[in-house]
Amino acid sequence: MLDDFFIRALFAGIGLALVTGPLGCFVVWRRMAYFGDTMAHSALLGVALSLVMEINLMVGVFLVAALASLALILLERRRALSTDALLGILSHSTLALGLVMVAFMTWVRVDLMGFLFGDILAVSRTDIAIIYGGGGLVLALLVWLWRPLLAATVNPDIAQAEGLRPERSRLIFMLLMAAVIAIAMKLVGILLITALLIIPAATARRFAGSPEIMAVLAALIGAISVAGGLTASLQFDTPSGPSIVVAALALFVLSLAPSPVMKTETSSAETKP
Amino acid sequence: MLEKSKTHAQPSGDMLVEMHNAGVNRGGRWLVRGVDLAVRRGEIVTLIGPNGSGKSTTAKTAIGVIQPNEGHVHRASALRIGYVPQKIALDWTLPLSVERLMTLTASAGRKEISGALEAAGVAHLAARQVAALSGGEFQRALLARAMLRKPDLLVLDEPVQGVDFTGEVALYELIRDIRDRTGCGILMISHDLHIVMADTDTVICLNGHVCCRGEPQSVMDSPEYRKLFGTRAAESLALYRHHHDHTHLADGRVRHADGTITAHCHPDDGHHHHDHADTEPSVEGGRDA
Repeated sequence: MLDDFFIRALFAGIGLALVTGPLGCFVVWRRMAYFGDTMAHSALLGVALSLVMEINLMVGVFLVAALASLALILLERRRALSTDALLGILSHSTLALGLVMVAFMTWVRVDLMGFLFGDILAVSRTDIAIIYGGGGLVLALLVWLWRPLLAATVNPDIAQAEGLRPERSRLIFMLLMAAVIAIAMKLVGILLITALLIIPAATARRFAGSPEIMAVLAALIGAISVAGGLTASLQFDTPSGPSIVVAALALFVLSLAPSPVMKTETSSAETKP
Repeated sequence: MLEKSKTHAQPSGDMLVEMHNAGVNRGGRWLVRGVDLAVRRGEIVTLIGPNGSGKSTTAKTAIGVIQPNEGHVHRASALRIGYVPQKIALDWTLPLSVERLMTLTASAGRKEISGALEAAGVAHLAARQVAALSGGEFQRALLARAMLRKPDLLVLDEPVQGVDFTGEVALYELIRDIRDRTGCGILMISHDLHIVMADTDTVICLNGHVCCRGEPQSVMDSPEYRKLFGTRAAESLALYRHHHDHTHLADGRVRHADGTITAHCHPDDGHHHHDHADTEPSVEGGRDA
């Protein structure tokens, strides 16, 4: 069954969406969209460095993304610039550094478009194994971390006072983000990874009454986006990564549409009787 | 340091948390300095002081959210803390019902959860989204969450903020009730200089340092307090005293001293020797300065 490139792409994409959905919920709740973007952009620097040092691409991307997030935490502590400005500096300078380094490397043929926008139709059986193995590990760690991370998201002081170590949760969460970016780069590219984190989670919000339901819904909505986007890209011969993001966007817009059924549900849950 | 008298001794309670000469420095500026403080089991300690006087910093240092830059903080071993912070900036995108909020930091059985919600008078709000609660409802929900942990030490940072005067009185009743039933120690920050629970054992008046301390009445009379807040403010410090024997719950029902709950209270049912203290609480002095 995995002989067909389309089936392989579908498998890989859905596997990825099942991880980015729940993880993306935390990105949305913690208002870390720009932060995720910065980590993803630093992935190109990771690519360039791994090519220079001849190490595995995924390992290189993971390390650089993790280092970028650590650098941000350290810079934040100095309180010289706002987090917003720091993110802007880190995001674009790591991307530019990566592009410049890749341009210097005339001895390797680098498919820049593949790294920026992904090439999900080219995934191999090994890639699928990595996605399900690595993704499964990320999900397992997220489940293990769920309560302290959610408590730290609602209020870090409560988490700290009641012994749940919010700083540790935050650090592990950043490492999980770095891992997902390393896994996802080949599929949707570093410029579109954050879309898969944020859009399904934002779509799920309207239909969710609890954090756990929102995480599950985000995973499902992400999987539907992958299936829809890939089918459409086959049908209309459009690039696969962007098509998946467009499909996710379509679902998000649909979720905004007023529906009488949804309206009564949300109003009974969220407003006073 | 105007007055550094020792915290008056509570003969029975074990020490829960003790601060010795604690100071917190941020960016070269001392937020608080030289704070001595102790909370024992069964004791209510209230921190008051003007804005920026270091009340929240002191409370956070006591429970280990902030590490002191000088001095010592000693907490009893395996101390269970229940914390109600001053503000919770909950992002709209996070769907959280009152019931789900109860198990934020630890799991709990259904029965315990409904018991805590009932005690805080918000059982009828269990399914409601936290974002849709009024100020008073939210404070009660946070209080229910904190007491569900069966804490040794309950730390309340301005527990009655955003609550109208009637609700304020009812919340203070609830806090006293928690202390009486569970015997926990309570460290509370008062949002309003002029209102301090009469049940408070020790009032600590902060202004970057401990300005004065003691029982509510003696603090009110102290020259340091008058110097800091002005004579008029001192005169209007109101001590809420509860003379009545029943509690008006948030859902309109009434809990009597014997634990029974009725829809209304009856002035002639024998429980009462007053008329609705909730709406006209007995205070000393006016509310406004």
